[in-house]
Amino acid sequence: MFVNSFSKYAGLKASLMTAALALTSVHSPITLAANEVLKIGFVGVTSGPAASWGISNQRSMEAGAAIINDNGGVKIGSVTYDLEIVSFDDQKDPKRAIAGMEKMAQENIHYVVGPNVDDGAAAVRPVAEQNDIIYFPYAFPKSLYQKPASNAVLGMVANYQSGPAIYKFLKDNNGVNTVAFIAANESDPLTQRESGVAAAEALGLKVVSKTVTYQVDTTDFSPVIIPIVKLQPDLLVLSGVAPANAPQIIRSARELGFKGLISTETGQDAQVLQEGAGSLANGFISVGGASTPTIRTKNMEAFIARYTEMFGEYNDESNTKVYALEYIVETLKANPAAINNVDEFKKTMDTFSAPNQYLKGDQVLRYVGMSSFGQRRQLSIPLVVNVYNEGKFETLFIAEVD
Amino acid sequence: MSSENIVMEQVLVNGLYLGMQYALIALGLTLIFALMNVLNFAHGQLYVVGGFITYIIYGKLGLPFFVAIVASGVTLGLVGAVIEKFLFRPVIRKSVREESTMLLAAAIAFFLDAIILLLFGEKQRGVPKILDGVMNLDFVVIMPYDRILIAALAGSAVVTFILFMQYSKPGRAMRALAQDRIAAQLMGVNVDRYSMIGFALGAMLAGVAGGLLVSIVGVNSGIGGPVSIKAFMMVMIGGAGVISGAIAGGFILGMLESIGLTVLVAYGDLTYLVIFVSLMIFLSIRPQGLMGKPWG
Repeated sequence: MFVNSFSKYAGLKASLMTAALALTSVHSPITLAANEVLKIGFVGVTSGPAASWGISNQRSMEAGAAIINDNGGVKIGSVTYDLEIVSFDDQKDPKRAIAGMEKMAQENIHYVVGPNVDDGAAAVRPVAEQNDIIYFPYAFPKSLYQKPASNAVLGMVANYQSGPAIYKFLKDNNGVNTVAFIAANESDPLTQRESGVAAAEALGLKVVSKTVTYQVDTTDFSPVIIPIVKLQPDLLVLSGVAPANAPQIIRSARELGFKGLISTETGQDAQVLQEGAGSLANGFISVGGASTPTIRTKNMEAFIARYTEMFGEYNDESNTKVYALEYIVETLKANPAAINNVDEFKKTMDTFSAPNQYLKGDQVLRYVGMSSFGQRRQLSIPLVVNVYNEGKFETLFIAEVD
Repeated sequence: MSSENIVMEQVLVNGLYLGMQYALIALGLTLIFALMNVLNFAHGQLYVVGGFITYIIYGKLGLPFFVAIVASGVTLGLVGAVIEKFLFRPVIRKSVREESTMLLAAAIAFFLDAIILLLFGEKQRGVPKILDGVMNLDFVVIMPYDRILIAALAGSAVVTFILFMQYSKPGRAMRALAQDRIAAQLMGVNVDRYSMIGFALGAMLAGVAGGLLVSIVGVNSGIGGPVSIKAFMMVMIGGAGVISGAIAGGFILGMLESIGLTVLVAYGDLTYLVIFVSLMIFLSIRPQGLMGKPWG
């Protein structure tokens, strides 16, 4: 993009694609190939302050599809398909999310990634269920994934799964005893704060502050953060923090003299932390997927290279978001009858297993969620907990959700 | 936090700092309204463009921060002049309905949002600190030096603007325009010329504010709308189209935020709820704002 490579043709091309997206909300990249076309949908936020969440989703899907298409497509049963990603910007508005899901239904799309936030994911549920659409939200309400719901599949590790693991690790290894929470005054972060507080209290940690909130358009976090800095908790949790806000909060806290640890359960971007907080962000703990060079495979490196080539710069949030398209494609390969039949897809989810091509070792792709939801309605994304240090992430520990 | 732990000095300093940056943001908006009766919904987007120009020049190219601020101001001034001449002027000439300019401003805001996302991407951007270190007065008042510098620069910009409007020929002409457009025209003021200068100046102020604040809070492509909303709040508090009102509105909002975020912290996020309720009550009693005139 303009920021990183002023004259890069690839960046310009990506920019023009983004412009078309921004101006029309709906776009369908043209695919010219002999193969049949399999459309996969995306409904999420690609404009406004939270654009980073959805754009990293959409671009991960487009980069993943480009790699597959360049390799001749994907063979599902006896038919080879090229992938086409059909995207819709819901502008973080539930009404538009519904319109987006209806658009997917009109295009006879059965597999949709998104939406990115709780209210959007809840809003599209009736449309998805009535139109035989399996969708992969990045939203945490358990009701979406518990019976009688059956069409939503959580696309990432929920904060009520990662939070307890992080707090326990920090309690055992860093002597954390007191914790404070801060959240944006929006539904997702506030919900995540509540579950974070419950998890911390269940572990025996003393929650010294859980009422501090901020507006997403805050231009100076000093007044917001001072009440917490004065309490000097061992751990400050930024519940559901957007990548745009994380460096600002970290910077304000550190400049005002906060000495404890800072963590979040959302994915972050190392470059954003570097630019926004510099070395003040050192030690910041966040959650990622195939996020560090020590744990990712050459296929992941190739994905990052392709993403960068197409869009000018990589977004570390895609370390988690690379997986949704992979799961859809691999599950369809495992049961070709699911291509137009979501009931077949659901049956396959119970037994599905495939190698994880993005992480070193013997990690596998499988559907999980029995503990949290009572049914397999979650992608098994490795819970990779990172610590930021001088411009890059280092793996703190890896865990799994069951 | 209990009330006995509240350090009022810190609250006041935070309020003053916030007020200074808010005043700078609101000034351009109220100037354009005063001169042209245009509610510029794209003001926040102009702020964002200014922030990104400073990001490129200072953060990426490594040129001095001062150069970046000047570049942000000059570029936005030119952008503002072009917008006024080729967009607002024809619309104002052809349409007597005020909503025409409002719709045009909204369209420009959406257009700029798309262009900014296109050029600068979706990520939050930031620049290296312009000053290291923190002023710590015995833990009673804590303020990083870069915030102090930015507040001083913002204050200087506000004072310079006031002096320009008060004592320069273009400033006097613009004030005359703001008071009575037809009378000013009859007195020989070139309305087209000074409208363009005024719009350019308003856009320049937005650009300078964006450039200054990118060093503290960074910038991202989606923040334009929320910045505009906040700027409108300040203008409504102080009185639309009144320079001193915008400054007062900025300081009042900054102080309300600072006090609310400290005093109301134990009750959750009530600060903005209280501010909005107060604003509604205030406007129902005094719709023209603190310093505005009831007749416009």
